[in-house]
Amino acid sequence: MSEHIVSVRVYLAIFMALLLGTVLTAWVAFFNFPGPLNAVVALTIACIKAGLVILYFMHMRYSQRLIGVVFGAALFWLVIMFALTFSDYSTRAWLPIF
Amino acid sequence: MAESYATDHAVSHPALQHHFENMEQQREAGALGMWVFLVTEIMFFGGMFLAYTLYRGKYPESFEVASNHLDIWLGAINTLVLICSSFTMALTVYCTQIGKQQLQIFFLVLTMIFGLSFLGIKAVEYKQKYDDNLIPGRLIPGHPFNPAIQEEGAPADHHKLHLIPGATVRNVELFYWIYFAMTGMHALHMIIGLGIMLVLLYFSIRGRYGPEYHNPIEISGLYWHFVDIVWIFLFPLLYLLGRHIAGHG
Repeated sequence: MSEHIVSVRVYLAIFMALLLGTVLTAWVAFFNFPGPLNAVVALTIACIKAGLVILYFMHMRYSQRLIGVVFGAALFWLVIMFALTFSDYSTRAWLPIF
Repeated sequence: MAESYATDHAVSHPALQHHFENMEQQREAGALGMWVFLVTEIMFFGGMFLAYTLYRGKYPESFEVASNHLDIWLGAINTLVLICSSFTMALTVYCTQIGKQQLQIFFLVLTMIFGLSFLGIKAVEYKQKYDDNLIPGRLIPGHPFNPAIQEEGAPADHHKLHLIPGATVRNVELFYWIYFAMTGMHALHMIIGLGIMLVLLYFSIRGRYGPEYHNPIEISGLYWHFVDIVWIFLFPLLYLLGRHIAGHG
C-alpha cells in the first residue's frame, strides 16, 4: 500500500465546501427554527465540516483502516463520557435525597 | 519479507530509523502515533465541551445573553482564516509529496501567517471583553465581574449586557469561564502549532523533506487540522447559538 497523494482539485473543492459551510452556519443562526432545531442545524453543519477535514485534509479516507479504528475509539469514549454524565445529571431530581 | 525490501531504494534513505523495515512502514507508524495523540486531545477538549453542554442546558437564558455579546463578525472571520490556514497546510503536505520545495516553504509560511492572524483577531476580542469587564475571576485588577452589581440585581451596564428574564450576571460569568477556558486552550494549541511550524520551516529551508520523507510535515498537518476542527465546533457553540432570539445582541 503506497501513499495516496490527494489532488489539488480535491483540496480546493473541500476548501470551498468549508468556506460555504461557515457562511451558511453564520447565516442560518439568525433564523428562528422551532424548539432546539437551531442547535441541531448548527451542530449538523459543524459535524459535516469536521468530517470533510478529517476525510480529506487529514487523509482518513486514504489511510490504513487502523487509523479509522483509533479515531472511532475516541468517538466511542466521548459518547460514553457524555451519556453517563447526562444520565447522572438528568436523573438527580428523581430522588429527594439532595 | 526482508529480502523483498532489500531492493527497495527507500531502505537506504538517511531518514529511515533502524527499527523500521522501510520508509512506508515508518510513515504509517508515525501517522498512527499522531492519531493516538489526537485521541487524547479529543478527550481533553471533550471534557470542556461536556462542561459547556451541561451548563448551557442548565442556564440557557444566561448563556444566550453571554453568547450574543460575543462579536459574531470577528468569530466568523476567524473561522474563515483558520479554514484558509488548514487549506494551505494541506497544500504544504501536497507540495512536499510532489517535491516542490519552494512552494512547500511558501505554503508553510502562508499557514503561519494565517495562524498569527487568527491569534491577532483573538487578542482584539479578548481586549473587548476586558473593556466590558467580562474577564471572569475576582483577581483581575480593576475589572471584576462585580459581585455588588450581581447581588442588587441591577441592570448590568457595567458589563454592557442585555439581560433577559432568567439570565443572571453570575451565570453569564460562568459562560465566560468556559469561553476563556476553551478559546484559551485552543489558542495555546495554535501557539504550540506555530512553534512546530517554525521548526518545520527551518528544516524545510535546509531541504530535509521531500517525496520520500515528509512524516514531520504530514503529522504536524494532522495536528493543525485537529486544532481547526476544535474551532469548527467552538464557533457555532460559543458565538451562534442564541442569535435567533430577537430583541438583543
